[in-house]
Amino acid sequence: MLGKAKVCILGCGGLGGYVIEMLSRIGIGSLTLVDGDVYDVTNLNRQLYSSPTCLGESKALIACERVKEINDGVKVEYISEYIHQDNAHSILKGHDIVIDALDNIETKRFISNQCQIIGIPMIYGAIAGWYGQVSTIFPGDRTMEQLYKSSSAKGKEQELGNPSFTPACIASIQVSEAIKLLTNKGEVLRNKFLFMNLLDNEYEIFTLQ
Amino acid sequence: MKIKVRLFATLREGRGKEQINTYEDGTTVLQIIESLDIPVEDVAILLINGRDGLLDTPLAEGDTVSIFPPVGGG
Repeated sequence: MLGKAKVCILGCGGLGGYVIEMLSRIGIGSLTLVDGDVYDVTNLNRQLYSSPTCLGESKALIACERVKEINDGVKVEYISEYIHQDNAHSILKGHDIVIDALDNIETKRFISNQCQIIGIPMIYGAIAGWYGQVSTIFPGDRTMEQLYKSSSAKGKEQELGNPSFTPACIASIQVSEAIKLLTNKGEVLRNKFLFMNLLDNEYEIFTLQ
Repeated sequence: MKIKVRLFATLREGRGKEQINTYEDGTTVLQIIESLDIPVEDVAILLINGRDGLLDTPLAEGDTVSIFPPVGGG
């Protein structure tokens, strides 16, 4: 099941780095890594594949090299482009799951729409400071509208920044959701979201219906 | 009518985790948000009694409103 799975990870930074590391070690058949950005000194505090020696290099490329290094049984491809209207369909199609490791609300909403159209489940993840959210969105679900009521929403991560442990925690839950979907085990956060507050140690699942 | 408001993440700054306030009958969620000085674009998730709600919903005695700010990083 896992050996035949094809997973697309959008974003190879904070969430993405950890997601990619875990999926590679688990041994997913095929990974497509997408990120148009390059590593920057401000990434070093939390982005797993960032290091002082790879600043200025493509995040997707570096992530791809890491996957090959840790598990050569995984078929991996990288796309050093930002995902947008003109390339989304061709990038996303053919995958079993899309993992949202994107760093902005607008693109998260756009991708959720694209996944609805193409018919692929998306594992949404988002972080801001001590806080994080995860949900598993199937085609037909209204989850994204319920997660961002305002069209002019500005994510709090822009004020708070993100410490290293927040993406690591949320990425872990996203990977767990992906494995459950691929192996048909357990229960996923569909029409629900987990809200994680590491500052006050509050972890609560809310229903969205 | 007494309404409980549960606030999450950065919305707690200066407001606390939870408030129970008295409002006029028929007060809407939007009116409560304004009374707490929360900008409407800071309302990303809104639950009324644990279910997805709308800003213009008038509330009833004993309702709980839960408000989350936008979290969108990765």
